[in-house]
Amino acid sequence: MNQEKQIPMPVRYLINIALLAICLVAGNLLISGGFISSYYQKILLQVGIYIIAAVSLNVATGYLGQLPLGHAGFMAVGGYTAGIFLKACPLTGIPAFILSLVLAGIVAGIFGIIIGIPALRLKGDYLAIITLGFGEIIRVILLNIDNVLGFKLTGGAGGLMGIPKYTSFNSVFLCVVITCFVIHTLIKSRHGRAILSIRENEIAAESCGINTTYYKTMAFVVSAFFAGVSGALFASYLGILVPGDFGFMKSIEILVMVVLGGMGSMIGSVIAATVLTIVPFLLQSISQTVADYRMVIYSVLLIVVMIFKPSGLMGTYDFSLTSLIQRLINLPSVHEGVAKKGDGRNE
Amino acid sequence: MGAAIREKGDSGTHRVSICVSPCIHLYYKYRKGRIYLMLIVSQLINGLQLGSIYALVALGYSMVYGIIMLLNFAHGDIIMVGGYVAMLTIAAGVNPIFAVVLAIAACMILAVVIEKVAYTPLRSSPRISLLITAIGVSFLLENLAQNIFGANAQPFPNNKIIKTSSLNIGGVQIGVTAIVTIVVSVISMVLLTFLVQKTKRGKAMRAVSEDMGAAQLMGINVNNTITFTFAVGSLLAGIGSILYCCTYPQVSPTMGSMLGLKAFVAAVLGGIGSIPGAMIGGFAIGLAEVLVRAVGLSDWTDGVVFAILIVVLLLRPTGLLGRPMTEKV
Repeated sequence: MNQEKQIPMPVRYLINIALLAICLVAGNLLISGGFISSYYQKILLQVGIYIIAAVSLNVATGYLGQLPLGHAGFMAVGGYTAGIFLKACPLTGIPAFILSLVLAGIVAGIFGIIIGIPALRLKGDYLAIITLGFGEIIRVILLNIDNVLGFKLTGGAGGLMGIPKYTSFNSVFLCVVITCFVIHTLIKSRHGRAILSIRENEIAAESCGINTTYYKTMAFVVSAFFAGVSGALFASYLGILVPGDFGFMKSIEILVMVVLGGMGSMIGSVIAATVLTIVPFLLQSISQTVADYRMVIYSVLLIVVMIFKPSGLMGTYDFSLTSLIQRLINLPSVHEGVAKKGDGRNE
Repeated sequence: MGAAIREKGDSGTHRVSICVSPCIHLYYKYRKGRIYLMLIVSQLINGLQLGSIYALVALGYSMVYGIIMLLNFAHGDIIMVGGYVAMLTIAAGVNPIFAVVLAIAACMILAVVIEKVAYTPLRSSPRISLLITAIGVSFLLENLAQNIFGANAQPFPNNKIIKTSSLNIGGVQIGVTAIVTIVVSVISMVLLTFLVQKTKRGKAMRAVSEDMGAAQLMGINVNNTITFTFAVGSLLAGIGSILYCCTYPQVSPTMGSMLGLKAFVAAVLGGIGSIPGAMIGGFAIGLAEVLVRAVGLSDWTDGVVFAILIVVLLLRPTGLLGRPMTEKV
């Protein structure tokens, strides 16, 4: 029965790394060759930032099975941390940028712990509403903290201006790759299995000896960390941050991406984030009135998907290039059964 | 009078002045105290006014949550629709009383349609899908309103519904709107309590929220009862909508979301699923908000309301009057 050819692990990694390197080089060549105008570059950067946000929310929503509605709050924390750091830091250039990304992630992660430990004691609707409350509180604090401190930290309603713009195609690309890789390996690890088991049935998981509080907090913190990174990229991409950018609506927008893509499917989040970020620009180029109705279309889509396919468009399916190749190799020799087996395996 | 006493103090002996000066002090303290007292009373009335609107809206959240365990995010946006319907019909020259009735009816019809189209097909699916659908409906209403009526706030003709004068009761200025709001809310709540506790319909509602399956076995039409609950909840929301628009005379597409969220906080504070709890929670949140504003921290109002929510959820997740729920495997 075990006649199918397996691709050994190192080769699988090599294939993936090679593919990513090709994408990176191709992207750079296209940009330097002038095939991608600065307008399309901007769209690409936004796509990358939203992919990170959606994939990180997917950890809490798709893999852990909770529904946090304060994801934009973590993005705001990361964005403001990076913005304030970049403005105050004596370093310039790439080292400062990398430091700011890491710092943004860590600070957002700490907020994740602070918010997660109390919030995760609750379930379902209560968790949704308490994270929403925290998200709103973060926004209110960002808006008003200057009056309390007496000096300019966040810039209040006017926004934090003059953040150095470091975000580029390469940095966003690398961040997307690192985010997806870390989350993917986490979910495929022992810890990831524990997180998935909590989604399936929390009480059963607990009776199997899984420390549910620990793993819930861990998933929440990972989610917050990468949300912070995406916020930092966003800060350095726009150069200006306004608290209103990170309201309840932003959280919902990211949630729509995760839900449409399929809760628990990374490729789903990536595709949904890409499509939903590009579509408004496309609509805008067609006609403004259609673009105005984009949010209406999103919400109808959300309702329709929930009614007809509650698991999202991709379900929990995850794409794996190497499994696909493996399946192709095995096609001529074994016609039946292999296709099914290859599905569940990843890298 | 103060001058007279001072004169006496000047001309009289030293002893008199010692005796009198604390009296002056006390008198001024009394006058100052009276002003403070009046201020506090008028703030309390403001708080009750806002609180009774929150309570009306919170009742809708609480009833729906009690019966199908759904956090109905669209409830706040139904309020927004009610406000727009009232504004547009009055602008079209309809008799204000008729316009109010029309607005409330529109709220009820909208809620029933939403329930039938979006929530009924999902009754047996996981609760997270139902919650996301509710968010989708809320999002849909808000964005539709934004596209149809524009994103800016528009003035609401509040003086056509309730006169915007104020009465002087015992030295305290009280707006007619405040009195009408509080009275109407209290009457609605009394009627609701009567409906739920004394009528057959109310009995059916309580039975369905207790155990849907068993209620069905006892011959209760569960679907009708749920629809009826939605209709009653949004009837209260419609009343709340008119009262809210009369208090803050403008309508905007996003007015419902914050109002809805705060009313939800009120429902959680009182204990979700409990009708007296929603009333107590509504009044508490309204008073808290007005007090925060009176202290001069109006920028932090939203933050304080959500902080209350977080504290309540952490210390007593079932709220003040809620029943503890246990999950079975």
